[in-house]
Order: sequence, then structure tokens, then C-alpha cells
Amino acid sequence: MKDLLREYLPILIFLGIAIGVAGGAVIASYIIAPQRPDPEKDSAYECGFEAFEDARVRFDVRYYLVAILFIIFDLEVAFLFPWAITLGKIGMFGFWSMMVFLIILTIGFIYEWKKGALEWE
Amino acid sequence: MYELPNLVPALPEILLAVAALGLLMVGVFRKKDATGFVGGLAVAALVVAGIVEVNLARVPVVTTLGGMFVLDGFAVFVKALVLLAAVLTAIMSLSWLRQEKLGQFEFPVLLIFATLGMMMMVSANDLMALYLGLELQSLSLYVLAAYHRDNLRSTEAGLKYFMLGALASGLLLFGASFIYGFTGATGFDAIAKALGDGASVPVGVTVGIVFLLAGLAFKISAVPFHMWTPDVYEGAPTPVTALFAVGPKIAALALLIRVMVGPFGHLVEQWHQVVVALSLASMVLGAFAAIHQTNIKRLMAYSSIGHVGYALIGVAVGNAAGVRGVLVYLAIYLFMNIGTFTVILSMRQRGRMVEQIEDLAGLSKSNPLMALALAIFMFSMAGIPPLAGFFGKLYVFIAAIQAHMYTLAVLGVLTSVVGAYYYLRIVKVMYFDEPADSFDRPIGRSMTFILTGTSLVILLFFLFPEMLLTGAETAAASLFHG
Repeated sequence: MKDLLREYLPILIFLGIAIGVAGGAVIASYIIAPQRPDPEKDSAYECGFEAFEDARVRFDVRYYLVAILFIIFDLEVAFLFPWAITLGKIGMFGFWSMMVFLIILTIGFIYEWKKGALEWE
Repeated sequence: MYELPNLVPALPEILLAVAALGLLMVGVFRKKDATGFVGGLAVAALVVAGIVEVNLARVPVVTTLGGMFVLDGFAVFVKALVLLAAVLTAIMSLSWLRQEKLGQFEFPVLLIFATLGMMMMVSANDLMALYLGLELQSLSLYVLAAYHRDNLRSTEAGLKYFMLGALASGLLLFGASFIYGFTGATGFDAIAKALGDGASVPVGVTVGIVFLLAGLAFKISAVPFHMWTPDVYEGAPTPVTALFAVGPKIAALALLIRVMVGPFGHLVEQWHQVVVALSLASMVLGAFAAIHQTNIKRLMAYSSIGHVGYALIGVAVGNAAGVRGVLVYLAIYLFMNIGTFTVILSMRQRGRMVEQIEDLAGLSKSNPLMALALAIFMFSMAGIPPLAGFFGKLYVFIAAIQAHMYTLAVLGVLTSVVGAYYYLRIVKVMYFDEPADSFDRPIGRSMTFILTGTSLVILLFFLFPEMLLTGAETAAASLFHG
């Protein structure tokens, strides 16, 4: 039990430093920086234009669809890196496990393609 | 080096996975509507998987895939039930899809994925395998619940099921992380080893077990985690409701049994009270809340909550006799429910589905055979001998009495008397009320086949109970072998 917790000690220290640095930056900016707000400074900054509408607008659901399709393949790559590095150790079983995984993803890809999920219009 | 694991025990699952992926490709590449074609192949794949599964029954207990997957008599028995439920609901849904003109080939594919998830749950021997199976099942079922997507109630059912299901998964994962944190293992065997004989249990493990139980109780819709059931059962398309009522419940109950008597078998005192409370609350609520229902699908939802309560009696007993009782109960419950839902699916007037109990009025005159079948199912659910439902309750109650759990048994009998009221009300509406509009006929060959088959099983079970009883007995024994 003790050993198990000790292994997590670096994470705890790291967490402490992260909170300290982040919190310190916020607090320091309140203490050190001069605070002279006026309406122009407080207004939303939007590429030099006046803010002309609410940020909560309807957006095309297709962005969401493309994003979600992208995430799948993004994660696939994240799996491929550790697999590629350890390929020498995990042998044929490891190789074919990844191949099966890739085939399953490819079938999903073919399905979405044929269904027209990738067509913009 | 990693050797190729023994894949034979997982053969039915692999077969279903390949079939589902293959059928997805077949469906998407066929020019015209492929629902019937893919659906037929899906039924064939499920049947083949069932045959392979039953032939695996002879192998002794084996674990494979790094100890994550276990195949024993218990798993084979439950998986055979799950596959049977899947085949019957697949046949029902195909004729429903044709009638409602909602045919899309994804439906049978999703059905296979859901079945695959259930089978993985039953064979899970590791907290991670458990979660993966559960999620595969749940995600497929969320989509199926919202399948009729132009229908407001169906989408509502899907969304509700998804929201609450995600919450339940969260609870379950939270519990699993506690168990992992305090035992340092996710495999059931390793957890059992870490906990030893249960003499000193870390409080974190108890907390974990309670959360795990809460997550699973949601999946079997045991009170107080049942709130979603009536709405989802009412809103989801009827064949999907039929699947909800049997498949996931059987699989999740089996999973519950495996987790509780497996790694936590020595910790009976920690989880016993929770299961007893779930069981009592489910029986009472299932009996009383159904009385005022007018929609037959809602009524079946409350009825299924009650049935889960009875099945949980057997889990609470926690020995081989109790597990045998649960397995017999679930097998009989499967036939009663599939039969009843076949009748509900046949409730169509002028091409439209109706689902009020009043619509059944005078069915005995307009369609005497269907009325007789539904009467058999209702009497059986009420537990009237010599129908099968009586034996289901009998073995659970016997196990409870042998274990000196008289409160559970007595309350079980009392609530079945209350429950008998609403089951018999349906019989009364069919036989003694003034006839309403009659239903469309004929109901189709496959529906007639399922209806005849299930009602014969329920009616004649008392003549040949040995097959099911010995099967359930060996299955239960395999769980307690070591």
C-alpha cells in the first residue's frame, strides 16, 4: 500500500507545482499590474472589429460531424505510436491485434464514406 | 513474447463481430434497400453463433485473452438465452420494419453489436472487459431506442436512456476505480486473491462494490434505479422494447451474479443487504405502480421491474440453489416476455400500431387464439400453476426459504398476489369487455410461429422441466466450482 502511494508522489508534487504556478500568475497580476479599467478596455475584442453579435449562434452540425470523424482517426494515430515502438517485443500477436483494430476502423471509414458523411454539400 | 491466445472459447463472439462488420459492408454496398437481406443474414449469424455456443458447453472452465474472458457452464447457459432472445427479437423486428416501412440495414447490424456486447458482459472476467461489454451493449441500444427518429417519443426515449445510462456507467466506473485502487487489480481472480477470505475488507472496496452494484442495478432497472424504464419502454419501437425487456436484463443479471459471487464471494455481508433492498423495493414497486397503467408497454415496464425483483431474491441468497433459481426464472421470463411482446406487436388497427390496454377489449371474439396465447402469458406471469411462470417463482422462493430468508420469500408471495391483479385485468378486458375494433389480420407467418412456440413452451413446461432444471443446475454449479 505504502509503495503504491509512493509511486504516485511525483504526480502529487507536479500537481502542487502546477496549481502554485497557475494560481501565482493570476494573483500576481492582480497585485503587481495597475488596474485602470474603462468601458473600451472591458468590451469584447474581436479582431479589431466591434463585437456585432452574441457568440452563441447556431452553427452547422457538419462541423461537429467532421470533428468527430477526425477524432477517431486522431486517436488511432495515438495508438499507433506506442505500438510501433514496441513492435519488436510484442511479436506476431501484437502485430495482428493492431491490424484487426485498423481493419475495424477502416470498415467504419468505408461505411461513413459510402453513407455520404464526408460530402460537404 | 506474446503467444496467440486460445480463441476457441470466444469463437461465437468473434463470429458475431465478423458477421456484423461484414453485414455493414454488404448493406452499404448494395444498391437497393438491403434491410431484408442483411436482416436474414443477421438472423442466420445469430443462429450459427448459438449453435457454436451450445457446442462449447462441454469444455471445462477456461479463461483466455489474458484472463479477461472466461467460459464456463454458467456463461454458456446465459449466452444461449441471450442469443435466443436476440434471434426471436430479430425475427419480430424484421416483420415490424417491413410493416412500418422503416427499413434500414443498420437495424440488424446494431442488434448484432448489442448481442455481442451482452455476450462479452456474461463472459467478462475483468473489470475492464466488463465495462467494454457493457458499453458496446449500451451504445447499440441507445441508438436502437431512438431508431424511429421522426417520432418524438422514440427520440425522447433514446435521449433519456442515453443520459441516464451514461450516468450509470459513470457510477460503475467510479466503483471500479475504487476496487482497483484498494486491491491493485482489475481481474476478478486477482481481486479475489487480494481480498483473501474477506476477514479484513478495506472500506474503499465496500464503497466500490456499492457503486458497482448501483451501476448494474440501473442496467437491470431495479428500484431505485428504475426511473428510466417506463418512459424508455413506452417510447422505444416495440420490437426494441421486447429486446430491452429480456436481453440486457438477462446479461446484466448474469454479470451481477458473476461479480458478486466471484471476486466478492467472501464479502457476502458487504453486498447482501444492498441486493435484498433492491429486490424488496423492485417487487413492491413493480406490483403497485403497474396497477394504474393504461398503456400496455408501460405496464410491461413495471412488470419487468417486478420480475427483476423476484430474480434478485436468488442473487441475494447467493448460493448455487439461488443462482439456479435465477437462471430458471430468467429462461422462463424470456419466453413469457417475447410471447407477450409478439401480441403487442400484432396490436394493429387499420395499419397503425395501438398500445392501450382497452384496445384489447373483446379480443377473445375477434381473435380467440391470440387472446388465448396472451391469457396464457398473463396467467404465467401472475404465477398460476401449472404454467411455467409458477415454477420460475417456485425455485427462487425455495432457495430463499432454504437459506432462511423468510422476509424475502413472504414479501415475494404477497407482491405476486398484488401483481396478479393487473395481469388478470388484461385477461378480463380480453374476455369480458365489449369488443372494440378488431386487429388487422393475418399477423404474419413468423409472428404466428413465435407466438405458438412461446405459448406452447409456457403451457407445457411442467411436463418436461428436467431439461431446463438440469441445465440451470450444472450452470450454477460451474460458478461455485472453486
